[in-house]
Amino acid sequence: MSVHLQLIAAEFRRQSTYRLALAAGVFTNGIFGLIRAGVLLAAVAGAGGEAGGYDARTAILYVLWGQALLGAIPMWGWNEVASRVRTGEIAVDLARPIDLQVYWWFRDLGRAAMQFLGRGLPILILGSVVLRVPPPTDPLVWLAGALGLILGLAVNFLGRYALNLISFWTIEMQGFQILYMVVVSLLTGFTVPIHLFPGWLKTIAEWSPFPSMYQYPVDLISGRTTGVDVLPIIGIQLAWLLVLLVGTRVMTHFGTRRLVIQGG
Amino acid sequence: MTIIETEDLRREFIVRAKAGRFTRTKKVVAAVDGISCSIAEGESVGYIGANGAGKSTTIKMLTGILVPTSGRVTTCGLPPVERRKDLARQIGVVFGQRTQLWWDLPLRESFTILGAIHRIGARAAADRIDQLVAELELAEFLDTPVRQLSLGQRMRGEVAAALAHRPRLLILDEPTIGLDMISKERLRQFLVAERAERGTTLLLTTHDMGDIERLCERVLVVDQGQLVHDGALGELRRTVALDRTMVVDYAEPQPPHEIPGTERVGYEIDGLRQSYRFHPTQTTAAKVVTEASRFGEVRDLTLQEPAIEDIVRTLYGARGSA
Repeated sequence: MSVHLQLIAAEFRRQSTYRLALAAGVFTNGIFGLIRAGVLLAAVAGAGGEAGGYDARTAILYVLWGQALLGAIPMWGWNEVASRVRTGEIAVDLARPIDLQVYWWFRDLGRAAMQFLGRGLPILILGSVVLRVPPPTDPLVWLAGALGLILGLAVNFLGRYALNLISFWTIEMQGFQILYMVVVSLLTGFTVPIHLFPGWLKTIAEWSPFPSMYQYPVDLISGRTTGVDVLPIIGIQLAWLLVLLVGTRVMTHFGTRRLVIQGG
Repeated sequence: MTIIETEDLRREFIVRAKAGRFTRTKKVVAAVDGISCSIAEGESVGYIGANGAGKSTTIKMLTGILVPTSGRVTTCGLPPVERRKDLARQIGVVFGQRTQLWWDLPLRESFTILGAIHRIGARAAADRIDQLVAELELAEFLDTPVRQLSLGQRMRGEVAAALAHRPRLLILDEPTIGLDMISKERLRQFLVAERAERGTTLLLTTHDMGDIERLCERVLVVDQGQLVHDGALGELRRTVALDRTMVVDYAEPQPPHEIPGTERVGYEIDGLRQSYRFHPTQTTAAKVVTEASRFGEVRDLTLQEPAIEDIVRTLYGARGSA
């Protein structure tokens, strides 16, 4: 097996060792999903059956996919690289014949795969049954959705990785983490769909990479965005992927030269 | 052939300290202060010094994970920082306190992943791992998650992980710290055999004089970032008094005893415990034991090796007065 597949498989198995955490994740995400669905449905009903392009069915799908993806495409709380810089264990990663970013990126794919299968899929299946929303039937929706989700995960990883790289310059980065968490949970469209934002906030969100992580892929997989409208969305995701890729490469290059390994 | 070469290698750190309520002072401290040395392929070198002397900083620069402030360093013929990944294929490193194993997975899987990372091919990797498993006696806990291993077991796993890709140069940063006597001895025996078979160059930092005696032909002593001694182990023995101390616990209270070739340095609890200091050239531990047991039944014995700190202090004193 190639090193990339090995890393995916190893992280997949590592994640699967914490089965209780997965079960707890399904439970919490499920409960919060029901609350969020209730709030959004009330908003849609209050607006006369349609708000920001959402009707009752697409609103439920938006919440359902949002909750299902929370494990696979985490918005916050991923600080593995930063904590290894803090303890000095990053020395071990750097003393290996593999690029730091490649190493963590493939591990992240394994993590996402396990989180999707262990946490996302049960929520999707349970949610579809409980809330009576059948999955989309059009294969093009599935195709666009899958592509959008893969790109969304990539953009999301690069965002998290860039945040972690800040620790190469400043060890104490809790402030950055909190800022990122606030900005991300708003601008990704996870808390409230960006289509419901006031104009000025929507403009800010649209000029940021954050909707590419969440709002856009969910729009694609729930069948809200279809037909020729899919192409510009995929294009925007690809553009942000490229921008963040170049950005994180530059950060990795200079960061590893600047880094002071902590501890003796 | 030279495998490590440094020339006037220097690394400074900025230390910030609180001076007043709102003011902070900045101080530049040289952790490594102009070290020049050359190590040939196949040598085994002990790199010793007190805590904070600059050992780990040097090792970080040799492996390319820390950029020197000034000076030159070449490891395996490569500039370490620029060619860090190429260098990583040729060296194995154990950073004492840090693990390179996957904490949540069985030990076996770490070896598989490392084999893939080093791109050594499944067949070759499996052969090498089998060999290391046999020599380091890892078989019984190969399927145990790393987080459940004892320190001694984990350390053997670390050494195996560092050697899986058959490196030319093995760098061990305090490999025996915290290990009991048996685990230490086992690890040393393995390293002696590994070097004899494959001729791997060894660079070792330690606080344990036993590691140096068993494993190293040459000793570099660093103090406050500077090399204060570079020479063969025998030379170090002649330069500093490597006195050992035998602590003898008698079954019955004893009057103070004199043992030829030693100096009595301790007399406690009415002579139940007596300590004798000796130099290895004057007498041997075995002779001291024989002599001591003539006076009465001996219940327990401890042999205290000279502390690295004492050696460094002696050398530093010698340098200071010269």
